[in-house]
Amino acid sequence: MHVDPLEKRWLYVVGGIVAFTIAVQVYYAAAKNIHPPSNVQTIDSAKLHLSKEFAEDKLGVHKNADGSLDVTMVAARYGFYPQEIVVPIDTPVRLRIASLDVLHGLLVPYSNLNLMVVPGYISEGNTTFTKLGEFPMICNEYCGIGHDYMYARVRVVPKNN
Amino acid sequence: MSITAEEAGRLSRTQSTTASAISLGNRLGMSNLWVAFMALLLGLPMGLYQVAERSGYFPWLESSHVYFASTSTHGVLMAYVLTTFFMMGYGYHSMAHSLKIKTWSPLFSWVGFYLAVFGTALAALMLLTGKASVMYTFYPPEMANPLFYIGAVLLVVGSWFWCIDMIAGMTQWKKQNPGKPVPLVMFGTTINALLWLWTSAGVAIEALFQLVPVSLGLKETLDPGMARTLFSWTLHAIVYVWLIPAYIAMYTLVPKLAGGKLFSDEFARIAFVMLFIFSVPIGFHHLYMDPQQAAGWKLLHMLGTFMVAVPTFLTGFTVLASLEIASRLRGGKGVFGWMMSVDWKEPMVVAGMLAMFMLTFGGFGGLINASYSLNAMIHNTQWVTGHFHLIFGGTTVIMYLAVAYWVWPKITGRQLFSKAMAVWQLWLWFIGMLVLTLPWHYIGLLWYPRRVSSTPYEHVGVVAQWGIYELMMVVGGAILVVSGLLFIYNLIRTHFNKTAERDLTVSYAEAIHPPLKVPNILNSLTFWNWAMVAYMLISYGYPLLQFFFIGTHGAIPYGI
Repeated sequence: MHVDPLEKRWLYVVGGIVAFTIAVQVYYAAAKNIHPPSNVQTIDSAKLHLSKEFAEDKLGVHKNADGSLDVTMVAARYGFYPQEIVVPIDTPVRLRIASLDVLHGLLVPYSNLNLMVVPGYISEGNTTFTKLGEFPMICNEYCGIGHDYMYARVRVVPKNN
Repeated sequence: MSITAEEAGRLSRTQSTTASAISLGNRLGMSNLWVAFMALLLGLPMGLYQVAERSGYFPWLESSHVYFASTSTHGVLMAYVLTTFFMMGYGYHSMAHSLKIKTWSPLFSWVGFYLAVFGTALAALMLLTGKASVMYTFYPPEMANPLFYIGAVLLVVGSWFWCIDMIAGMTQWKKQNPGKPVPLVMFGTTINALLWLWTSAGVAIEALFQLVPVSLGLKETLDPGMARTLFSWTLHAIVYVWLIPAYIAMYTLVPKLAGGKLFSDEFARIAFVMLFIFSVPIGFHHLYMDPQQAAGWKLLHMLGTFMVAVPTFLTGFTVLASLEIASRLRGGKGVFGWMMSVDWKEPMVVAGMLAMFMLTFGGFGGLINASYSLNAMIHNTQWVTGHFHLIFGGTTVIMYLAVAYWVWPKITGRQLFSKAMAVWQLWLWFIGMLVLTLPWHYIGLLWYPRRVSSTPYEHVGVVAQWGIYELMMVVGGAILVVSGLLFIYNLIRTHFNKTAERDLTVSYAEAIHPPLKVPNILNSLTFWNWAMVAYMLISYGYPLLQFFFIGTHGAIPYGI
C-alpha cells in the first residue's frame, strides 16, 4: 500500500483535530458534569391527571429549601401548562415536563433550555436564567397543524421579588 | 498473426455480452435517474413556497395545512426519492461500465425499480392530499394514512433489489478476477449498497412493527421512545448513503474530467470503509435532547460521530490534491492560485470545487451539531435545517447534477445541449444555496424553531430579528428554483440534440499509483459487515432492549 508523505502529515492533523474535539467534550462531561437531558423515566401519558407529580394542581413553580426551584409542566396540543411561569434571575431551575399526547419540544430563547418531550417519558432539564424579561417558551417539535401556536411565557424577574 | 475461428467466436461473444450489459446498465440508469430528477423538479418549488409562506411577507400564501403537507412532501421527495433513485441509477450505470457484467437477472432489477416507483406514487398520493403531513421523519404517535407508510416501505424494499444486484455483481466479478482490486467506483457503490441495507433496517423495523400495525388499527399503542431510537438508527447513516454517490463522483470522475489523476486510490477505499463503519452505530446525536436514552450511551455515540469526520477530512484532502495536480498540469501556480487554473468550463470540475467549498462550511456546522453539549444551542432550530440543506442540497446534490451532465451524453449518445449553461446553472445553484443557507443558520442561532409555518409569538424582541434574514432566504430559494429549471431544460434538450456525442467511452480516473493489489480488507466487505454487527450490538443492543424492561407505557395514535 502506498502512503504519500503529505497524506501521512494530513492524517496526523486530522487525528489531532478529532482527538482534541473529543477530549473537550469528554472533559466537560466528566469533569464539569455537563450532560444533555437524559433521565430515562417513564410515565403513563394517558394518566397524567392522576399522577402525583403532573396532576393539574401540582403544576407550576415550587421553591426548594436551598432556594433552587422545581418547575413542573405539562405539554399538550397546543400549549404548555401552566401558560406562564415566573422565575427569579440567577436561580438554579430544574424543569420537569411530560406530554399528554404527541411529541413536543421546548426551547427558551436567551437560555440553554432545549428539550424533547416524548409521550411516555418525563423530560428533565436544568438551567439558570441570566437575562431579565419575558421570553417565549416555544414548542420546537412538530406536533400537528396547530403547532405554530404552541408557546408559553417565561418571566424572569429580579431576585428579591 | 491469425486467430482461430473458436477464439474469434469467444471474442465476439464477450463483446456482445459486454454490449448487452452496458445497454441494460444504461437503460436502468436512465430510468432511475429520470425518476430522481423529476422528484427534484417537483420538490424545488415546494421549498420556495415554504420559505416564502413562513416568512410572513406573503399573507395570502399562509396556510398551515398546505405548509405541513408541502414540507412533508418536499422532505420525502428530496431526501428519499431523489437520493434513492439517483443512487440506483448511478449504481447500475457504474456497475455495467466498470465491471462490464449484467445484473444477475434483468427482470429482478426492473421489478425492484417498478416496486420503488409504485411505492413512491402511493406515498406521494397520500402526501399531496394532506393525509400524511407527519414530516419525512414520521413522528409517531402522530399517524398518517397507512398507505403512506406502505408506500414508503415499498420504496425501500424496491431499493433493496438494487442493493442485492450491486453486492451480487461485485461478488461475481471478484470470482472471475481473483486477486484483482475491484474498480474503485464499484467498491464505493457496493459498500453504499451494503450500508443502505444496514441503514434502512432501523426504519423498516419501526414501520413493520409500529407504524403500519398501529395505523391499520391492528395494534392499539406504540412506544414513541422506541420509535425514535429505531429512527435514529436510520437517520444519520442515511445522509452518508446520500453522500457516498457524490464522493464516488469526486474520486472517480472529478480528477479525470479535470485532466489529472486521482491522488490516492487506497485512501479513497479507506474513506469508504470508514464512512460505512462509523455511520450507522452513531445515530444518538439525533437524540441528545431526548429523555428515553441515558447520557452514557449518548456519549458513546458522540465518539463515533466525531470519527465519521475523518473520512470526510480524507476525501477533502484527496479530491483537492487531485484537482491541484490537474491544475498544475495546466500551468496553475501558487499555494492557492492554482484554484484559478482548474478547468472552470467543465461542469464536473466546477461542481467539485463548489462542493468542496460548501463541504468546508457544512462540515464545520456538523461538528457543532455533533457536540454533546453545544447541541443544546441549536437543537430543532432553523440552524439544523440550514445545515442539512447546505451539506445535502449543496455539496451532495451539486455532484448529482454534475454526474447527470456527464452521464446524459454517454447514455443518449447526444452531446450535452449546452455546456456553458450547465456551468452557469451550477454556479447559480451554489450562489442560491449560500444565499439560502447562511441566513438560515443564523436565524437558528437566534432561536427560530424549525418545522413551523409561522411565528405568531407575542415576543416582538425575539421575533423581529428574524425578518430580514427570511427575506434573504426567499431570494436564495428563488435562485435555486431557476437553477433547477435550467438543469431540467438542459437535460430535456440533450435528448433532442441533433449533434452526436463524440466520446461515448466511459472511463474513470486513474490513480497516480494504480493499485495492482490492495489488502483484502480494502477489497472485500465481509470483515466490515461483521465489524458492523459487533459495533451495532454494542451501540444499539442495550438501548433497544431497555424498552422491554423499563416499564414503558404505549402512546395512543393521534391524527394530525
